Amino acid sequence: MASTKLRAGLLSALILLVLLGVWEILCQAPTSNAAAADDEYAQLMGATSQEARVPPPSAVFMHAVSELSQPFYDAGPNDKGIGIQLAHSLYRVLTGYFLAALVAIPVGFVIGMSPLMYRALNPFIQILRPISPLAWMPLALFIIQDSEASAIFVIFICSIWPMLLNTAFGVAGVRRDWINVARTHELSPLRTALTVILPAALPTILTGMRISVGIAWLVIVAAEMLVGGTGIGYYVWNEWNNLDLASVIFSIVMIGVVGMLLDLMLGAVARLVSYQE
Amino acid sequence: MSRYFVEARNLAKRFSQPGSEPLTVFENVNFGIQKGEFVCIIGHSGCGKSTILNALAGLDQVSDGALIMAGKEIAGPSLERGVVFQNYSLMPWLSALDNVIFGVRARFPQWSKEKIRQHSLDYLHMVGLKGSEARKPSQLSGGMRQRVSIARAFATQPQLLLLDEPFGALDALTRGVIQDELIKVWGETQQTVFMITHDVDEAILLADRILLMTNGPQARIAEAVHIDLPRPRRRDQIIHHPAFYKIRNHLVDFLVNRSKALQGTAPEADGFPTEINPALDLALDALHPGKPSMSPSKESSHG
Ligand SMILES: Nc1ncnc2c1ncn2[C@@H]1O[C@H](COP(=O)(O)OP(=O)(O)O)[C@@H](O)[C@H]1O
Ligand SMILES: [Mg+2]
Repeated sequence: MASTKLRAGLLSALILLVLLGVWEILCQAPTSNAAAADDEYAQLMGATSQEARVPPPSAVFMHAVSELSQPFYDAGPNDKGIGIQLAHSLYRVLTGYFLAALVAIPVGFVIGMSPLMYRALNPFIQILRPISPLAWMPLALFIIQDSEASAIFVIFICSIWPMLLNTAFGVAGVRRDWINVARTHELSPLRTALTVILPAALPTILTGMRISVGIAWLVIVAAEMLVGGTGIGYYVWNEWNNLDLASVIFSIVMIGVVGMLLDLMLGAVARLVSYQE
Repeated sequence: MSRYFVEARNLAKRFSQPGSEPLTVFENVNFGIQKGEFVCIIGHSGCGKSTILNALAGLDQVSDGALIMAGKEIAGPSLERGVVFQNYSLMPWLSALDNVIFGVRARFPQWSKEKIRQHSLDYLHMVGLKGSEARKPSQLSGGMRQRVSIARAFATQPQLLLLDEPFGALDALTRGVIQDELIKVWGETQQTVFMITHDVDEAILLADRILLMTNGPQARIAEAVHIDLPRPRRRDQIIHHPAFYKIRNHLVDFLVNRSKALQGTAPEADGFPTEINPALDLALDALHPGKPSMSPSKESSHG
């Protein structure tokens, strides 16, 4: 077991090194010799053509070191540290996400426990669920009149469905025997919901919450590119406009890292509430 | 006043079938259980034993007739009737102790936390689970899980305990050990018990009376066999009792022959099963060697 883990780790490191090496070689700034033929053309295009080249990993790394050494600096609206941008995005994601959980879990409970409610609400869910969350953006901006709240609303609407459906599915699937145990012990409906159905359905609910947070983190980048102002999505777009590709690549990596951390955290919670039959 | 603590009157269970007559699983089912009595019910699978037990629990409904306990009709589940299911029905996210506490807290909400815990521990230890209190059901063997389930049911001290083939899924050795635990706990508490089993020896070991059910459809309880063996009983000793094989043969003969022959026949005038006492018959035989026994077992055994 341990040796498999070690070998997998070594292999990962090797793959990373090869990829970075290839990237580094492909993206070397052209030597003056090779560039000689294009000299005239380059002059015509101005100095920017050199800067717009995809930077090699070494350059991205140097940039990452300087960014991460002062992640929270704030030098005006268009020049903030990566930490501040990520914090803005996380704030929106978590706010929208927890509001969605607050609605989705109780409603999912009701749908899961009542076949009538399931049938009544199912058509709405089926129509609303496939709508791209970004399609709501214009309507949200018009009605809410606030870009921050609109972004939160978009996160809310995209994270609600997996949690709602998984909660309903988990609640409907609670074993009849456990419900019968609650009945023979004369538990009130509320006690039954809290001490039998909820713990029984929690692993399924957590799966839904994990899917939701992943989707929310995907959507926030796109949403912030649209609404602008702050956040990691806006930051990526802004650095692209500045043609600072080292920053763009660095932010892409950071988006991946934060997304992974969010998933790891929910995975840890899922392990806490999981049980073996 | 009824002479029984629990009484079943003219129970029937029917299922409507599209395009034909409704299916009658059982009908004319009458029986009584006395306070403190241990009653087993035996019958071929599908004759409706679980349906009757679930109706007693208040989890299921019969199509006809009434179930009465302590003078009141059974209308729904109640803490006065504890159930041990065949598949244990423990909460897998709770430890063994917490599963018992779950029942005790529901039963005695006015008790302090410490008292609930101590009471639960006592019953867990009574079924021989000292040292396994903190383990989850998935970490326990089938036999240990069923003991937790039995501890939970006894700890809530219901007036009537219902067990649906509680040992059906266990191997023979484990079953024997847990039967002993059950005898011990029952001896200490003198609960009224109604238990389904398909094991004739288990029924003789545990029961004061065994109800014998004919095959379904249109099943009914045809006989009630008194087990007048001295208590406390031990499996290695009762087999030497002179009445043991008489009782055993009677039961086996019912299951092999009469359960089928009596299927769908009309019940006695009062609807109650024929009371049979093989041990008493044996004693009477010894007193009056020439006289035929009251028990119908001899006449019909080779019919
Ligand atoms: N929904 C149903 N429709 C028709 N028959 C049913 C239905 N549910 C149960 N039964 C029948 O009821 C009978 C009694 O079942 P059960 O009480 O579990 O028997 P036992 O416990 O004695 O094996 C079975 O023969 C079964 O086929
Ligand atoms: Mg059954």
